[in-house]
Amino acid sequence: MYAFKYHRPTTVRQAANLLAKFPEAKVLAGGHSLIPVMKLRLASPSDIVDINGVEGLSSIEVKGRSVVIGAMARHAEVANAQVLQDVLPALAGVPGSIGDPHVRHRGTIGGSVANNDPNADYPAACLGLGATIITNKRRIAADDFFTGMFSTALEPDEIITRISFPLAKKAAYQKFKHPASGFALVGVFVSKRGADIRVAVTGAGSNGVFRVKSFEEALKKRFSPKSIEGLTVPADGMNSDIHASAEYRAHLIGVLARRALAAA
Amino acid sequence: MPTVSMTVNGKAVSVDVDVRTLLVQYLRESLRLTGTHVGCDTSQCGACVIHLDGKAVKSCTTLAVQCQGANVLTIEGLAAPDGPLHPMQEAFRENHGLQCGFCTPGMVMAAVDMVNRKGNELDEHTIRQELDGNLCRCTGYHNIVKSIAAGAKAMKGKAA
Repeated sequence: MYAFKYHRPTTVRQAANLLAKFPEAKVLAGGHSLIPVMKLRLASPSDIVDINGVEGLSSIEVKGRSVVIGAMARHAEVANAQVLQDVLPALAGVPGSIGDPHVRHRGTIGGSVANNDPNADYPAACLGLGATIITNKRRIAADDFFTGMFSTALEPDEIITRISFPLAKKAAYQKFKHPASGFALVGVFVSKRGADIRVAVTGAGSNGVFRVKSFEEALKKRFSPKSIEGLTVPADGMNSDIHASAEYRAHLIGVLARRALAAA
Repeated sequence: MPTVSMTVNGKAVSVDVDVRTLLVQYLRESLRLTGTHVGCDTSQCGACVIHLDGKAVKSCTTLAVQCQGANVLTIEGLAAPDGPLHPMQEAFRENHGLQCGFCTPGMVMAAVDMVNRKGNELDEHTIRQELDGNLCRCTGYHNIVKSIAAGAKAMKGKAA
C-alpha cells in the first residue's frame, strides 16, 4: 500500500473539515473494501480519515414509521438487532448475508452504501425500501443517491451519518450468492408500502443498482409472484463476466424477484 | 512514525510503526507473535483471525494504528504458556482437527468466537455455516467441525 497520513477525528465536523482540506482523502469506516483496494494499490488516498473514533454513529432505533441506522453500525450489529427483527426483518437479513462472521464484525452500513459496489447488498435494500441517506449536510433520497457503479451523490466533504428506512408492510431480499466471494451475483429487494412498490436489483446492472419499473407496474394490481410471471428483463446493460453472462443475470432477476415476492 | 499502543494477550505493548502497518504485521513482525498466520492476505482465508475487543476479525484487513488502545487476543494468549491447552485447542488435538496446521490458529480463534456468540451446543450445520470465513487447504473440514463441536462443549463453564 502507498503511504498516507492518518487522522482520527472525534466528531463528524472534524472529519468533514479534514475531507475539505485534503481533496485526495478517503474516509475509513469498517475498512473491508478500502483496505483491500489500498493493499492492491488500486486506491492511493493521500490521507485516511478514520471515523471509528467518532461517537454516536452506531445506534439502531425506530423513529415514527422508520428505522434509523447509524452509519457505523457493523453488519453483525444490524443483522442481530432485535428491534429490526421486530419491525423490518427483511432488512436484518441483508447484512446477515454479507461476507463471513469476521467481516461482519467490521464492515459498516455507511461504508457499504458510500462505496456503492455494483455487487453490494445494502444499495439494493436502500433503493428497494426507498431509504433516505442522511449526511452531515442534507438528506438524500436513495433514488437520487446511487449515480452509477462506485459513484454516489456524495460531495467530497460529505459523510453519511445515518440511514432512515421506512417500515414497509411487505419486504424481502433474495440473493444468488457468488459461492466464493459471497457477493451478490444478483440480488433483488422487493417492498410494498401503501402504493409505493419497489423492485431493486444489485449485482446485475453494469451501472450499479437499479429499479425494475416494468415489474413494479405489474405488481400494482397484486403484490404476488404470479403478477410478474412471464415478464423478463432485457439483457442489454447487464454485467457479463466469467461468473455469469448478461443473459443469465437478466434471467436471475426474474427468478429472484419471484422468490422475494413469495417470501415477502 | 506514530507509536501504537494496545493490550495484546493481557500485556501492554507499544511500538513505533509506519501507519501502513497491518495488524497482522504488527503482531508477527513487531511483537514476534507468529502464531497468527498470513494465508491469502485478501480477507478470504481466515488464517489471520484474532480477537479485537472480544470479536473475531481478520487482522490482515485492519491497520495496526486503528487498534490504538484496543484489547487483542491471539492464539498465543489463549492458554498460559506453561499450563494446559485451552479446551478448544485440546479438542483440535484430540479430534485430529488439523493436517498441515497452517489454518489452525485462525480456525481455533474463529471457533472460540463462535462459542462466545452461539453458545456451547453447536450442531454441524451451524458450525459449517459459521466457518464461512476460514479455509483449510488440506480440506480437513470433517475433523475441524468435530473438534469445534467437542471444544464448544468442553468450554462450558470456562472463560474463553
